[in-house]
Amino acid sequence: MNNELLSIGGIYLVTLVLALPLGAYLARVFRGEKNLLDFMRPVENGIYRLSGIDARREMTWQQHMVALLTINLVWFLLAMLVLCTQGSLPLNPDGNPSMSPDLAFNTAISFLVNCNLQHYSGESGLSYLSQIVVITFLQFVSAATGIAAAVVVFNALQTRTTEKLGNFYDYFVKSLTRLLLPGSLLIALILAFNGTPMTLQGKQELISLQGDSVAVSRGPVAAMVAIKELGTNGGGFYGANSAHPLENPNFLTNAVENIALVIIPIAMVFALGFYLKRRKLAYMIFGVMTVGFVALLAPTVYYEMHGNPAIAKLGVDQALGAMEGKEIRLGAAASAYWSITNTIISCGSVNSMHDSFMPISGMSQMLGMMTNAFYGGCGVGLLNFFAYLIIAVFIAGLMVGRTPELLGKKIEAREMKIAVIVTLLHPLLILAGTALTAHLYASNPTEYSGWLANPGYHGFSEMLYEFTSASANNGSGFEGLGDNTPWWNISTGVVLLLARFLPIVGPVAIAGLLARKKYVPESAGTLPADTATFGVMVLAVIVIIAALAFFPALALGPLAEHFSLY
Amino acid sequence: MSTKSQSLFQPALVSEAVKQAFVKLDPRIMFRNPVMFTVEIGTVVMLLVTLGLLVKPDAAQGSFGYNFTVFVVLFLTLLFANFAEAIAEARGKAQAESLRKTREETPARVLDANGQESSVSSSQLQKDQIFLVEAGEIIPTDGEIIEGLATIDESAITGESAPVIREAGGDKSSVTGGTKVLSDRIKVVVTTAPGESFLDKMIALVEGASRQKTPNEIALTILLAGFTLVFVLVCVTLAPFAEYSNTPIAISAFIALFVCLIPTTIGGLLSAIGIAGMDRALRANVITKSGKAVETAGDIDVLLLDKTGTITIGNRKATHFWPAPGITEAQMVEAATLASLTDETPEGKSIVELAGETRRSDVAGLRTRLQGAELIKFTAETRSSGVTLPDGTRLRKGASDAIRQLAARANQPFPQETTQRVEAIASNGGTPLVVSQNDQVLGVVELQDIIKPGIQERFERLRKMGIKTVMVTGDNPLTARFIAEKAGVDDFIAEAKPEDKMTYIRREQQQGKLVAMMGDGTNDAPALAQADVGVAMNSGTQAAKEAGNMVDLDNDPTKLIEVVEIGKQLLMTRGTLTTFSIANDVAKYFAIVPALFMVAIPALGALNIMGLKSPQSAILSAVIFNAIIIPALVPLALRGVAYKPIGASALLRRNLLVYGLGGVIVPFIGIKVIDLLVGVFL
Repeated sequence: MNNELLSIGGIYLVTLVLALPLGAYLARVFRGEKNLLDFMRPVENGIYRLSGIDARREMTWQQHMVALLTINLVWFLLAMLVLCTQGSLPLNPDGNPSMSPDLAFNTAISFLVNCNLQHYSGESGLSYLSQIVVITFLQFVSAATGIAAAVVVFNALQTRTTEKLGNFYDYFVKSLTRLLLPGSLLIALILAFNGTPMTLQGKQELISLQGDSVAVSRGPVAAMVAIKELGTNGGGFYGANSAHPLENPNFLTNAVENIALVIIPIAMVFALGFYLKRRKLAYMIFGVMTVGFVALLAPTVYYEMHGNPAIAKLGVDQALGAMEGKEIRLGAAASAYWSITNTIISCGSVNSMHDSFMPISGMSQMLGMMTNAFYGGCGVGLLNFFAYLIIAVFIAGLMVGRTPELLGKKIEAREMKIAVIVTLLHPLLILAGTALTAHLYASNPTEYSGWLANPGYHGFSEMLYEFTSASANNGSGFEGLGDNTPWWNISTGVVLLLARFLPIVGPVAIAGLLARKKYVPESAGTLPADTATFGVMVLAVIVIIAALAFFPALALGPLAEHFSLY
Repeated sequence: MSTKSQSLFQPALVSEAVKQAFVKLDPRIMFRNPVMFTVEIGTVVMLLVTLGLLVKPDAAQGSFGYNFTVFVVLFLTLLFANFAEAIAEARGKAQAESLRKTREETPARVLDANGQESSVSSSQLQKDQIFLVEAGEIIPTDGEIIEGLATIDESAITGESAPVIREAGGDKSSVTGGTKVLSDRIKVVVTTAPGESFLDKMIALVEGASRQKTPNEIALTILLAGFTLVFVLVCVTLAPFAEYSNTPIAISAFIALFVCLIPTTIGGLLSAIGIAGMDRALRANVITKSGKAVETAGDIDVLLLDKTGTITIGNRKATHFWPAPGITEAQMVEAATLASLTDETPEGKSIVELAGETRRSDVAGLRTRLQGAELIKFTAETRSSGVTLPDGTRLRKGASDAIRQLAARANQPFPQETTQRVEAIASNGGTPLVVSQNDQVLGVVELQDIIKPGIQERFERLRKMGIKTVMVTGDNPLTARFIAEKAGVDDFIAEAKPEDKMTYIRREQQQGKLVAMMGDGTNDAPALAQADVGVAMNSGTQAAKEAGNMVDLDNDPTKLIEVVEIGKQLLMTRGTLTTFSIANDVAKYFAIVPALFMVAIPALGALNIMGLKSPQSAILSAVIFNAIIIPALVPLALRGVAYKPIGASALLRRNLLVYGLGGVIVPFIGIKVIDLLVGVFL
């Protein structure tokens, strides 16, 4: 048992040790300073020349957002086209059919927004071409989109007054060439050497020990799994995601994948510190995020390792912990650790079934997605945190007797309006979505009986989890839910779209507005944003706005279940 | 001032405020405050539910008595919030009225274009009319002297009993209505139309009609509206959740949950805090032209202060006589006194004073020797002054190089010791005046600036607030530097011309800093207008008063420091009460959420960590706590949170501990105590 705890401690430690230099490196990359991967420049220049982009043209925040949104629209159309016609396109050795338009719509949106609400199973639902040019491609570019947006905010927070915040394509392409592509290559190699398939050949026929004939799905798995984790997307090649032995063959690959999926979110925090030359600020942000992370991780690990009392009562040994829905080769602690890292960042990959976790663990997973800013997704986690930061700065600024300022820029009504809208959106989407569904179900339980495998408190958690996952752009699910119905497809699709782009545009807009303002030099009377005291303030704001708003809902779901169980 | 000791709740003000609390229930007025407006809607819904129960009892909604109690508590919440605003307004108005009382109807002696005099009531005086005032008469309205000079008793406004001199032309040409002319006769032009004096504008600001929300207040209102919306969402979505879970929730419980969660504490006190800020400024005898000016004062980064009157007491004073070698002190003092007796400059007078008081010179006797003497006035060329006595003795005092030239021309030595003394005095920030008799150097008189006692501590306090202080003086840079160091200011502008202030302000503003200054002269007007906070002295010219955004009735140059603290207090009070209000939600959740579900889902009783007696007593306790916390905090809102210059980080830690942690803990205790009391009746 101690070994299990040590191993997750080790995974976290290695992540940190790698994230710190990675953050410093990223700051150099985005500041345009000399760095290790400068040999990629010809590739980047080739891309710019091919697409007719002047990557040195500085953009305002609005131009950044126009660039971001238009390029996303193009990808969406491309994805739709491929998914709807994959049956007649090449690279389809298993002869999988084309997707129906509504499923294609759902799938395209889901991956476009760096999420993975997969209403299909990869083995039978996608051709290799779709896996490569739709899924894997979107996993790269959606992560790069988030990173590029975060870099716009970095740029805007410098101590100067300007409208020009660098070039979107420059940030975007560099995110790919200097970070995601090389990183994924490394991870894919490790996975491939540990047994993850990497082939364009179709299913492999084999005879099992029992003598049955089995067809094992293969494909370009290692490449996709690498970016699914590194880009915090989470969409697996196989339906069972990283619980599948070919996606995640052993404890080593589990550790590598788990490190890969949190490393960029953490490194981006450090990158902020190096980029702005305000390392203390980065440590404050990292500290707040880590406290939040540990507060969610600790109860989850505890309850998973102590087993399920209801099952214990049946006389089943719970010494290994609550192993229902978990892989023996990974164990309870590593599964708990994985589930929390995957929910605090918006990576929806799973190595165990969240539906089977203990109620408090399920609540911790949901809280990770509800706050959505403890590390958070690739780039977008910092953007969410930024909105909370604005609110905290405002209240704390007043408390020290000055008009609130963040890094020397005054926070006024306009910034406040945007920050409030962004932070309000998340509870709105989650609570309204769950409320509508709960109402539909409650008014006609027989018609919608297919929705919930477990009625009662757990069924409520399943609905709440689904909308939380969609709104956090996470993509994992409480698998008891029958989610392949028009209601779920449409409602979660809408939630996905809104929850992706507004929280990107909002913080970038705030940063853009701040960048235009006069820089006020800091004095003894200015609120320092890089102290532990202010960190406590930010954490309090996150807890009260993001977590407490869900208290009544959580009481009816996981809390009711927990107190009934214990 | 006597009004400063007045208690927070005077009976007359309270009864007026209570009346206003009901008037303000008008939804058109309530609408301005989104948080309390939603409470009003909730209250109306509760009223309808209660009335409905009277017609047709419904077990699901609880008893009539319980619902009625919830309604009454909500109604009280509204009244308490309105009362907070009303009492702040009443106090501000009372303060302003007490100032306005000084200008009751007085007859004014108006002169028409032909110089014909007629009597007009002061309230009917029009702008640009000219009136006459003589000794013993009350000045009918604000104006500017265009002819004459008078001593005026301004104690009615400033509380300062010493009369002041006001005269035409200079920077001290303004007179205030209600003050009394003690001597002489002046012609005054009316500068404000009736009902438009600064005081009238201030009263209007306090009364609410023309009160505009300040930028910070707007941003805070947006945040509070955001919080309110979150909780609208929480409560509205709770209905289908409860439907799914088969846990019926009474309407009263929904409304109670909602009202408790939204930030009613700060929502109810927000406008009171703003008004109280202006009121505190007025208590400090500063009239603000907008609420924004007070708020901006809290943000000031740079403070421009005139040396004379602010940092030092009045003018330079003689502090020491330093005789040259071979000259007795008596000899030198006598010569210096003779040379100064006819000198009307403050420096000259101070030499006579020093001689008379500390050296016991026979000043009266010396004065007789001046009969028939020739007076030599100071000129820019000679840079010396003095007398030539009837016996031909030439007594001179002047700048050291001027006397050195005199001595050199007469082939008299300029003693080495004297030269050293002159240098020593100059480097100590003093001004050396060399005294000579028939071109022979007798010694040096040392003139020093006297730094106001306690001013160093004030500057230290400002530094801890993060405010840079800048001394403005006409002195040469050497003297200026010395005084600046001695007084503890951070920077100085030496040999300052009026446009230097302007340049300095602009430069600081370009760096994003906010600058405050105080001024009185017409040539200060552009700088007062340019500064983010410009405080004009009431004695100053009309132009200066128009240009600034505050007027100081006391003409006290150190008032800026107080104004800054009032501004900071205002912002801090908003911040801390917001924190307190939001932190209260933690306890309220733990009171109401278990109460909502405990009956249908007994397992959730585990969340009832306060051990409240029953769901109904829990809900009542929470709303009662929510209501009474508003009046309980009114004194704090009106007085403001004490500002301590201990650095922003320490201040945040302190306030977070008191109002954040306190805000989490207090309602747990408060709700539990109320529950115990309520439990007795239920």
